[in-house]
Amino acid sequence: MNDNLIPLNRLPIGRKAKVKTLTSNGMNRRRMLDLGLISETEVEALQKSPSGDPIAYQIRGAVIALRSEESSKILVEVQ
Amino acid sequence: MGLTSQSTGAVVLGGELTLERTCEEKIIALGGNPNVGKSTVFNSLTGLNQHTGNWPGKTVSNAQGKCRHKDTNFILVDVPGTYSLMSSSEEEEIARDFICFGNPDITVIVTDATCLERNLNLVLQTLEITSEVVVCVNLLDEAKRKKISINLERLSDLLGVPVIGTSARSNKGLNLLMDAVYDVTNKTKKNHPVKITYEEPIEDAIALLEPSLKQLLSDKLNSRWVALKLLDGDGTIIAALNRHLKVDLMSSENIKLKLNEAKDKLKEAGIGKEYLSDKIVSQIVSMAETMGKEVITYDNPVYNQMDRKIDRVLTSKIFGIPLMIALLGIVFWITITGANYPSSLIADFLFWVESRLTVFCQWIGVPSWVNGLFVTGIFRTLAWVISVMLPPMAIFFPLFTLLEDLGYLPRVAFNLDNYFKKACAHGKQALTMCMGFGCNAAGIIGCRIIDSPREKLIAMITNNFVPCNGRFPTLIAIITMFFVGTAVGPFQSIVSALMLTGVIVLGVSMTLLISKLLSKTILKGLPSSFTLELPPYRKPQVGKVIVRSIFDRTLFVLFRAVIIAAPAGVILWLMANIQVGDLSLLSHCAAFLDPFASLIGLDGYILMAFILGFPANEIVVPIIIMSYMAAGSMLELDDLTQLRELLVSNGWTWLTAVCTMLFSLMHWPCGTTCLTIKKESGSWKWTALSFLIPTLCGITICFIVANTVRLLGLV
Repeated sequence: MNDNLIPLNRLPIGRKAKVKTLTSNGMNRRRMLDLGLISETEVEALQKSPSGDPIAYQIRGAVIALRSEESSKILVEVQ
Repeated sequence: MGLTSQSTGAVVLGGELTLERTCEEKIIALGGNPNVGKSTVFNSLTGLNQHTGNWPGKTVSNAQGKCRHKDTNFILVDVPGTYSLMSSSEEEEIARDFICFGNPDITVIVTDATCLERNLNLVLQTLEITSEVVVCVNLLDEAKRKKISINLERLSDLLGVPVIGTSARSNKGLNLLMDAVYDVTNKTKKNHPVKITYEEPIEDAIALLEPSLKQLLSDKLNSRWVALKLLDGDGTIIAALNRHLKVDLMSSENIKLKLNEAKDKLKEAGIGKEYLSDKIVSQIVSMAETMGKEVITYDNPVYNQMDRKIDRVLTSKIFGIPLMIALLGIVFWITITGANYPSSLIADFLFWVESRLTVFCQWIGVPSWVNGLFVTGIFRTLAWVISVMLPPMAIFFPLFTLLEDLGYLPRVAFNLDNYFKKACAHGKQALTMCMGFGCNAAGIIGCRIIDSPREKLIAMITNNFVPCNGRFPTLIAIITMFFVGTAVGPFQSIVSALMLTGVIVLGVSMTLLISKLLSKTILKGLPSSFTLELPPYRKPQVGKVIVRSIFDRTLFVLFRAVIIAAPAGVILWLMANIQVGDLSLLSHCAAFLDPFASLIGLDGYILMAFILGFPANEIVVPIIIMSYMAAGSMLELDDLTQLRELLVSNGWTWLTAVCTMLFSLMHWPCGTTCLTIKKESGSWKWTALSFLIPTLCGITICFIVANTVRLLGLV
């Protein structure tokens, strides 16, 4: 496994990363892909909600908030 | 939050697909992502006041409208806004089923020019199903402001279908859109949509399966797409085909055979189920990416900087939640301060009319019971409903709609999500809760945006903990009458606004508490997956917001209240005038309810008003006033300033006012809401629980408050 991979929920605010692998499966996996989170997609962590979770990400021009349950299953490479 | 007859459950509730139409009428399915101005397009074309909103799931069932272009009549069907047609939430299924089986002559996909790439995903998914598509690139004005330009001709070439740019809010481009729709439906121009091709083994598998499907389906549905769905193992499409076309794919041995053969071939080529599943989604995503790169130019790479700055404040760790509560408080303060004066004016006028009517009745010599029934009964109740309800509604709804229009409500959901997660509830429950502020019945229907049945039930049962249109004025009226009353000062109205804000915060806390209790007891489970889009902030169109909220909401709610208040006025008048023994029926009923009511800080009349208000909560306060007046303590009221005296002379203290507000916040849902819960949950058991849970909470809390205050000797 690549050492540079971190789960998306640990991406610091303001940093960009590239999606490498999804570890979820079934309906969840499909939802994430459907959001455009396919391999090599660039995401940027934008903003934490007041309690720290969910976090809003810039994904393909849209701002999407993901709970840590979902974002921890998206492995990204920090740029 | 919509309060159209559709969203309150009066029209299409399910995803019924068959439409009444004459043979000349053409059906347009209007699809698109949420928040792209789809409803604005719909309204501009049909002239209907379909409510527009700013979050997913606004159009929870198919709304319809008609329009005429050139020599053709069109029926527009507003399909639920979705990002995709394959994640299979309930609304995505409704959208997909309408496009597949509703026999639309054409599907118009409305897209957001400021976020086109993401929108192209849905366009391409739709093109996989049908070639009769026109793409509408809306919000071009917003895009221009953000210095984003779209090459529409190139996009049209790439997609192989007409692409029309519009700014629906200012009615720009809609004629061209209808021209394109006209051309496609009249076959004067033929679409040649782009084909989404997959890698060879997948294409081979499709080719193997498609011919036998084509035989069975003929032209009723795109067989290539069905083949892809079958390979993907999408069971919902088999069920839908069965339901809508009465075609049972799995009864055909030939298809089963081919499907197995195709699957085996895929396996041989090293393509597993998961890989195929990924590929079906990601092929379209990357195609949208390629197209987006070709047609979209960003002249200002930091075009959404402003939104991010606003978000950093409105959802910040320190200010996010206090700002949210403060905004709510400000809205209430403006409402309470602003409503007082017009309320008095309207009351003065209507009671002047009442006295003239009485004089008129005496002059023409009608029996006194006629005057009593129509003037004292119906007219006076209506006068109360209008003067107490209209001004707060006419101020509150536009303000609330303005916040909605700005795009603030998804931020509320973002701020509150963690609390809902901790309550083991779905994140979108925050949105259905916000819809409940408009109308609980609409909130209940809105719960369809929640996929998991467990979380949907939680959201439905707890929706009643936020006060709806009908109860807001009740709360505001009590505060205005009792706490602002005669002494209007700036400080008084601030206190009132704080009180109302407190009531709402309590309602939200109860929502969370009860959700948690349900998740730990009868509806055990873990919160399910959740994604929430934070759409760009949009400049609200103040004029339109005012017109829309007055017509859509204020007048709608007022009309509903008036319809219910008139018969209630008759019943009240009869109850007050039919004597049993030496007391009126009204006094008997009130006396019967009184012992229990006083235990929870109310009195018999108040409790009776809540019971009579079951059809519509709007009439609770008018009934309270009417009953006191009918009971004879004070027969004539010159203006609203005397209402406080009326209440006080009937034994109201601040505790009565507080308990009435608490009970208004927490008691049974109104009749419409109960029926909607029954319809949506399909079960009397959950309907009964939705009735009992808030009622028991209300009784318990009122009991505790009333008796604590009494024990401490505070009243």
